[in-house]
Amino acid sequence: MLDQLSWKVGGQQGEGVESTGETFAIALNRQGYYVYSFRHFSSRIKGGHSNDKVRVSLQQFRAAADYTDVLLAFDQESIDLNVGEVRQGGIVIADAKFNPTAPDHVRLFTVPLTKLAEEAGSAIMKNMVSLGASACVLGLPIDIFKEVVEERFSRKGQKIVDQNMLAIQSGFNYIKELGGQDPEFALKPADGTRRLFMMGNDAISLGAMAAGARVMAAYPITPASDVMEYLIKKFPKVGGVVVQTEDEIAAMTMTIGAAYGGARALTATSGPGLSLMMEAIGLSGMTETPVVIVDTQRGGPSTGLPTKQEQSDMLAALFGTHGEIPKIVLNPATPEECFYMMGDAFNLAEQYQCPVIVMTDLQLSLSKQTTEPLKLESVRIDRGDLADKNAVESAAAGEFKRYELTDSGISPRVFPGTKGGLHHVTGVEHMETGRPNETAPNRKKMMEKRMRKLHGVEFPFSVERTGDEQPDILLVGVGSNIGAIGEAMGRLKADGLKVAHVQVRALLPFPTNLLQNAIQDAKQVVVVENNATGQLRNLMSFFNVHHDRISNLLKYDGTPFLPVEIYRYCKELV
Amino acid sequence: MATVKDFRNDIRPNWCPGCGDFSVQASIQRALAAMGKEPHEVAIISGIGCSGRISGYINTYGFHGVHGRSLPTAQGVKLANRNLTVIASGGDGDGFGIGLNHFMHAVRRNMDITYIVMDNQIYGLTKGQHSPTSAHGFKAKTTPEGNIENALVPTQIALAAGIGFLGQGFSSDVNQLVSLIQQGIQYKGFALINVFSPCVTYNKINTYDWYREHVYNLDNVPDYDPTDRAAAMKMVIETHGLCTGLIYKDESRVAYEDQVPGYAANPLVDEDLHLDAKVFEEAIREFA
Ligand SMILES: Cc1ncc(C[n+]2csc(CCOP(=O)(O)OP(=O)(O)O)c2C)c(N)n1
Ligand code: SF4
Repeated sequence: MLDQLSWKVGGQQGEGVESTGETFAIALNRQGYYVYSFRHFSSRIKGGHSNDKVRVSLQQFRAAADYTDVLLAFDQESIDLNVGEVRQGGIVIADAKFNPTAPDHVRLFTVPLTKLAEEAGSAIMKNMVSLGASACVLGLPIDIFKEVVEERFSRKGQKIVDQNMLAIQSGFNYIKELGGQDPEFALKPADGTRRLFMMGNDAISLGAMAAGARVMAAYPITPASDVMEYLIKKFPKVGGVVVQTEDEIAAMTMTIGAAYGGARALTATSGPGLSLMMEAIGLSGMTETPVVIVDTQRGGPSTGLPTKQEQSDMLAALFGTHGEIPKIVLNPATPEECFYMMGDAFNLAEQYQCPVIVMTDLQLSLSKQTTEPLKLESVRIDRGDLADKNAVESAAAGEFKRYELTDSGISPRVFPGTKGGLHHVTGVEHMETGRPNETAPNRKKMMEKRMRKLHGVEFPFSVERTGDEQPDILLVGVGSNIGAIGEAMGRLKADGLKVAHVQVRALLPFPTNLLQNAIQDAKQVVVVENNATGQLRNLMSFFNVHHDRISNLLKYDGTPFLPVEIYRYCKELV
Repeated sequence: MATVKDFRNDIRPNWCPGCGDFSVQASIQRALAAMGKEPHEVAIISGIGCSGRISGYINTYGFHGVHGRSLPTAQGVKLANRNLTVIASGGDGDGFGIGLNHFMHAVRRNMDITYIVMDNQIYGLTKGQHSPTSAHGFKAKTTPEGNIENALVPTQIALAAGIGFLGQGFSSDVNQLVSLIQQGIQYKGFALINVFSPCVTYNKINTYDWYREHVYNLDNVPDYDPTDRAAAMKMVIETHGLCTGLIYKDESRVAYEDQVPGYAANPLVDEDLHLDAKVFEEAIREFA
């Protein structure tokens, strides 16, 4: 019996690969398993190989497995490309339609998926047949799919629901007759706990809504578009508005306008869009307008690898704009963190009156995974230093000092429309009133005021250290690499090594002291990141985090780290 | 009630004496006062250029942003507070050079804002390069042998893009300009008022006198029908874009913010930000 399973479905894009994988994943998530799915796709819409790799287990993993137990193939290409990772004795279920062949190290079940689907009512149900076949191999009752099928198809009538269930049954029966029900592949039962199943982008969207965001302006780009698409569906319920702008420059400046106007506003983009926003991010810093920018990193530079994993916008996010502004960069690692960090992002943006960039990566943004309950009551709304409206309205006429020099550098805001709060805001260097002033003493004062806001600040959540004291190896990671790192750690520990992990959750203000303290007792430090130049590692040097034995494990081929890759690298080090 | 004086502040514009932008400033102030607006009910969002400084010279809420982006910024402000009178403003380079894309899309989107462009057919702040509205053959710092590009005609572009309100003014005719600005603000949708606003320092061709000789005042055309789009386009073409007055107005269009499904009737800035627990539970259930 298995306590964890790695299942994969492959086929041509547009062939139902995604819906097959999703139905399988949702059904198992509802049984109480922890499910993690990673979708491999290309930027073609139809055609081109795509696959969905789903890990099912009794404990939480946040990475795809190194191997595959069961491969479901809709075409020969899916076998050719993926069979290499199918473990010895693993199972391949393939459509009889293309006369599949597979190497000797696997067991091949040729199932007339399309034919059985046609018999059940329509060829498009071949994914249902294949789910039935998978269920049989894994010793799962087909009932587990019933709820999902009903949700998907009940709109189309009971007949369609029945036909789909019939298709599942026929796939199940077919494998059973072939003798494919093997106790070795049977999954241990789960406890039935209901948890959520979502991707980082879903959690970002929910988090934004929970945090009170009511304006979003964005331009479509993979893998960020889901956020806009989700909020367009939901905002009508909360009175908000999403504008699909003409480009990212408009998205960013519209977000700034809305934030200046007093709304909580966000935009979401990926690398190329972030580049276009840079000038306006400078404006946000200079005018002290709080905005939240979600950057879902993908493979760069240029259009690069638009549907692939990378973490290579870190330097751009930290240093991208012109001039010098206070800025906050947050780096969630899981959907739960995406949700709560959007709350933090809006609060921090308004507390410090500066842009906040929330960085995810494609793997985190798009991987659907089992997610613990999200608690609305844990999302606080703190709008920062707002001038008292009544006091402003009744104050004697005079100019409102929007950029009043304070010890903290943070000056109370009033929103346009407030009587008595009239002031001017400008990207030109200005005085306390907002009036332009380019004199040297004023420049110095104002620059210092802005910089004071985040000077010396290190958010305690920026760095989380887990694992052994005085470890032989300490792994440092950011974003979705948390999963593969955690798993590699487990294996290293099993080999008798002392290991620890430091997850970086905020890159700006850079947590120099926290990070230094977290790594210094380690014998060796390995910084694990998805880029070619070691951006996180370089940031550590730049911000004066030191260690004598520090190395970089990099991956920039567009695929996320597999736990085994981190494990092997560390084994060679010690 | 606020008077023109209430829309003035004590900042001395750094415009050159004689710059056409002074009249635009004065016209906005007069229009707002005549309409009974209070200074705090108005936000002026401007771009970068000599003209872009205007948001600082009028006593209302003002936002002076980045070059070419006054329109998206202004649209954001409007979305946050639909009760505000939002005016976007800037130069021809700002609006029709770097910002042309935003202009076309602001027309499409049709939010209830008024866009006032000070068109001097040159780049003033950067000291005399040609602009998208400079004529073919026009000599400027970046066209020493004469402009080999053709001029854009803003009014023609606006009509082609499907604008709902189009006016054109001239800095020497303040009465007409004040009236146009008032009508533009009253119009429930996106309104462009393009203003010939001479640059006395860098543009030695399109001077006050030149405009006086060339503009064609529609106020003096008794049978001109500003609700007829085809006639408006014909007029703009025939006058090479030099007609002034109310060129076109379409009352049938509905502003963007009045079409957004579920969009709050009150300004978002006044809404409680806390998410209704029921809405949240419902949303979460989709992921269960
Ligand atoms: C991104 C960017 N590029 C270039 C500039 C420099 N710049 C400032 S104003 C301006 C042109 C202004 O021309 P126009 O909009 O016609 O205004 P005018 O000064 O004539 O009123 C330029 C190119 C800038 N501020 N920002
Ligand atoms: S340079 Fe031209 S546009 Fe600028 S202020 Fe002087 S006259 Fe006006």
